[in-house]
Formats: sequence, C-alpha cells, structure tokens
Amino acid sequence: MSTTETATETQGRIYDVAGQDWDELVKTVSESADERLVVNMGPQHPSTHGVLRLVLTLDGETVTEARTVIGYLHTGIEKNMEYRTWTQGVTFVTRMDYLAPIFNETAYCMGVEKLLGITDRIPDRAQAIRVLTMELTRISSHLVAIATYGLELGATTPMLFGFREREMVLDLMEYITGLRMNMAYVRPGGVSVDLPAGAVDKIGEFLKIMPGRIKEMRKLLDANPVYTRRTKDVAYLDLTGCMALGVTGPMLRAAGLPWDLRKSQPYCGYETYDFDVPTQNTCDVYGRYLVRMAEMEESLKIIEQALDRLSGPLKGGPVMIEDKKIGWPSQLALGPDGLGNSPDHIAHIMGSSMEALIHHFKLVTEGFRVPAGQAYASVESPRGELGAHVVSDGGTRPYRVHFRDPSFTNLQAVPATCEGGMVADVISAVASIDPVMGGVDR
Amino acid sequence: MTTENLPGLPEEPVARKGMFGVKDSGDTSGYNRLVVRRAPKLSSSRPYGSYFDEVADALEPAFADAIERVVVDRGEVTFHVRRERLPEVMQHLRDDAALRFELSLGVSGVHYPEETGAELHAVYHLCSITHNRRVRVEVSCPDADPHIPSTVQVYPTHDWHERETYDFFGIVFDGHPALTRIEMPDDWEGHPQRKDYPLGGIPVEYRGAEVPAPDRRRSYS
Repeated sequence: MSTTETATETQGRIYDVAGQDWDELVKTVSESADERLVVNMGPQHPSTHGVLRLVLTLDGETVTEARTVIGYLHTGIEKNMEYRTWTQGVTFVTRMDYLAPIFNETAYCMGVEKLLGITDRIPDRAQAIRVLTMELTRISSHLVAIATYGLELGATTPMLFGFREREMVLDLMEYITGLRMNMAYVRPGGVSVDLPAGAVDKIGEFLKIMPGRIKEMRKLLDANPVYTRRTKDVAYLDLTGCMALGVTGPMLRAAGLPWDLRKSQPYCGYETYDFDVPTQNTCDVYGRYLVRMAEMEESLKIIEQALDRLSGPLKGGPVMIEDKKIGWPSQLALGPDGLGNSPDHIAHIMGSSMEALIHHFKLVTEGFRVPAGQAYASVESPRGELGAHVVSDGGTRPYRVHFRDPSFTNLQAVPATCEGGMVADVISAVASIDPVMGGVDR
Repeated sequence: MTTENLPGLPEEPVARKGMFGVKDSGDTSGYNRLVVRRAPKLSSSRPYGSYFDEVADALEPAFADAIERVVVDRGEVTFHVRRERLPEVMQHLRDDAALRFELSLGVSGVHYPEETGAELHAVYHLCSITHNRRVRVEVSCPDADPHIPSTVQVYPTHDWHERETYDFFGIVFDGHPALTRIEMPDDWEGHPQRKDYPLGGIPVEYRGAEVPAPDRRRSYS
C-alpha cells in the first residue's frame, strides 16, 4: 500500500495544491525549446511577506511572466462571522489585516453603525480615540512596510530601526487596549474602554521621540545610493494602471493622485483635523517609500491634535453610545487579574439590580438586532481603501460581511509591475505593494 | 377574534417564529406566537435625494429597461440591474462624463436562499473620483442558472474579485479570462460562503461541560 493511500485512510481526503494544472505547466515548459526557467517563489519564503506564492517565468534574469497564487492563509473569517453576534464580529475582523487591526474594526463598526442608523450618535470622545488609535496603527504599519522593504533588499538597519519604533507603538496600544495586536478595541457604538490614566502622557512622550526617529530613518535611506538604485524607477505603475487595477493607498498617491478618503470622504471627524495628503509623481518604489514616510509625519500631527482634544474639551466624555439597547452594558477596568468587567458593574448587577442583570445577560449572549439592509463603509487603511460590505437580515448575527481588503486588490498589480523587469526587482515590487496575507486571504 | 378592523397582514414570507430560536422543545417564554416576516423588497421612488437623482438621470435614458429597481437606503443608492445588460451598464457608468465611476471596489457575493429565482447576488461598489460619489450595482441570478456576464473588460480589477465570488458562491462569470478558484484549493468541492454550506466545527469540552460547535449553538436570529 502506498503512503498516500494510508494517509487517505487515516486522515480522510487530503487537499493540496500540487498536481492539477501545475503538472501540465511543468510538462509544457519542459517540452518547449526556448530557455525559459519557471521559478516557484514561496509560499514559504522570507521576502514574500508571509505566505504569498509567486510563479515567475524567467528569460535569463528578466521576468517574462509573474503569476500570484494566494489562499494559503484563508481562514474563513467572513463565514465564521455569520455564526456570531454583531459585537463578536469585531474579534474576527481584527485578525484580517493583522498589521492594521484598528482599521478593520473601525470599517466594520462603521458599517454596523450605518445599518443601525446611529452614525451621528457616536460620542465625540469615542471618535477621537478611534482617530488616535488608527493613526498610531498607521505609523506602526508603515514602519513594518519600510522595515521589511529594507530587509528584503539586504539592509538590516532599517529593519532594526523600524521594528524598534513599532515596538513603542505596540506598547502604547497594549497600554490603551490591553493587547498589542488583535485588540477588538473598536466596538459598534464606540470603543470598548476609555483611555487609561497616564495614556495621554505616554503618547505625549512618544510624540516627542518619534519625529527624531523618523528623521534618523530618512537620513539613512532618503539619499542612500544603494537604496535608491534598488528602488528608483522600479515597479513602475502609473495612474491609468492604478485606476484600472483598483489600486488605492500609497501606491496611488505615489502616482500623483491625492486621493485619500480621510480628505475626500471624511469619517470619524477627520474633516476637523489639519493634515496634508502627501503625493509623489514618480510611480515607483522610491515614491511609495517617500509617501509612506511623509504619511507617518502627517499621522503624528493628527495624533497631537487628537490628544489635545482628548485631554481638553473631550475630557471625561462617554466612549460608548448612550443607548442602552446597543451600548455594551459594562465598562472594562483593570483588576489584579488583568482587564475585565468593572467591579462596580459586577456589584450592581449581582447585588442590587435584577433588571440590570437580565439586561446585561441578554445583550451579551443574544446581542442586539440590526435592521435588515446592506451598507458599505470604508476607511483609508495604510494600504488603501478598506471597505466593509455589511448585510443584515434583521437578526442578531451578520447575514454576510465582505471585506474589500486593499492588499487583495493591490496584489493584482504584481504582473503589471514585475513583468519585463529584473528578477531581483520582483522583491522590491512586492515589498512596495506591502501586502498583508491575513487581509488578502481572510 | 375578528380581524375586520385590523390593518391588512403583510404578505411577506415568515422569517422566524417565537423569540428565542427554540425549535424542538416547547417555547415557554410567552413569545411562541410571535411571527416575524421578512422585510419587503425595497424600491424607492423619485426624488431620491442627494446626488442620486443626477446619477439616475444620466443612467436611465439609455438603460431604463436594464434597471429593475432603485433602492435608496441609509444614504446609499443601489441600482438593481438585469444581468444581461450588466457589462453595458458598467461601461456607461465608467465612461459617461456625468457619471465617471472610474474606481471599482470589487465584487461581493450574497446568497439569499429564500429569494426564489434570484438566490445569488453579486454586489459591485463603484466610486467616482471625478465627482466624489459612490453607487452600488446589484445583480442577481437564479441558483439553477448561476451565470452573470463578466465585467473584467470594463474594470480589470474585477479579475480576482470575480474569481473570489465564484470560489465562494459558485457564480459563473461568463467571459472571465480564467475563472478558477482563488482562495480554496483547486479541487475543493462546494462553495463555502453559500448558506447551505455548513460551517463545520467540533464540540469542545470546557470545565466538564460540552460547548457545541459554533453552528450548533442556539441562535437568537
């Protein structure tokens, strides 16, 4: 008995991606006379950003065909959400684009709030906290993008710089939300918990350190001859190409179009913040790098303004909608065993109010009902337009949630940016797209 | 009980009965006679408000027969388009100077098993950068004949999005250059996002009690 048969008997049917048309491809290629080389890159490859698989056809060192294979990180998040309450959905979407979790949560919650018709009733303090955490996340996400750029091109210092700086942001996120990643912090109706005491000071310190660190990075890379030779005029994609392929985000802005949803279709009160949309006209990897650097500097400006508001006019305001039928009944508080329901709330529902206990129990186990219909909400994530198409049938669970993830769409630009170039430039092209496979495959 | 003085009962099909999703055992909650019907199909009439009238004005003269209905809901406009005319409508939406929806945000599938004859929906979100507007185009096809014309020719970005919708819902986009699975393995059977495809999962023991798999838990919907 062969090994496959044994395996089939013990484990049931085995699915893999070997065989099928890949066998045919290899056969056809081996039969043809010309000297083509088909190189399989990934899914386990240090410079493919996770589990991206590239099938490159090479003629010498020139890439004649670049094909992208995805699906290795498909986890069925959208399907799973259909079996959980609307609020529980947040813990699922946060795991999609894991480098920018707050954006997933905000897009999803904005969609749910649109369906509920409560968009205008979200407290200002909650909106300011959303903006604050989103911009912090944008910085950490761009830092990883630039760090991995560097590493994949053979420079380890930008990687060390980038991850060191990102650590500061993750520490802040841990201080604010209790978790470094996958925080499930933004909830329909507001955010799960108010900023803890001392958060404003900590972010203030970060705002003092970060501009210097960005300057250091710029000093290292902006005019670095090795870096510019690997990035300038590489992976060219102009505005026409971006539009046709649906590419958004830094790639689009590096093609000269100042399209940023924070400016053009503001949400969460972005229209009240003062910031610029950086653009470049080079359409290449270097331009995308410059856009990301400038965006981090703009994010710092927004964080500063949000912080002023949170410690000034919005101090002490509510962070969850004051609608008892939607807002989470309890507030989180830090106890000796970590973050949990506040002792006051526990005392209230367990000691003094039967109705509050019933209310808490029903809202937590059953969830709230969302009127039937569909809505589309989008935010400007670090990678482009992140859209959530949210459909309700009137029940306590999402009927269908679809995420238009920018990484998924932008990855379609791989053939357009790589074909005709050198094989070494494939690395910088993919790095400049900055795909996060958790978002691509969902 | 006489029903003469009551308003007419809605004709829509029943969405659920009772309050707590109790199906096999008796419902003692007092809500067992509750009948919740599905929301009727929405269809808005003019004026739609906002910029929606301008979009409709630019679209309707040429495609009055192609648009089944227009829905304005929660500040968003949806054009329900007959599937045969979809590529033309999309082309017009992209190219007409008054519309100019240059950017497509892709395709999203939805499965409504109870809508006989239009079970599978493909939903397209379009964005106009020129006019800073958004519209939604919705197309449906019956489960028995799951074919919708491909729009890759108009919006090349739909390439992967249509593959994804085919993969998850089994909608065949006619004219797509290479309609293959994208997320699931090539030899996967079934289309996972359809409502008749089970979620799967196993019961988990927690502190002596058994927690059923997510799709076996009580549903309140």
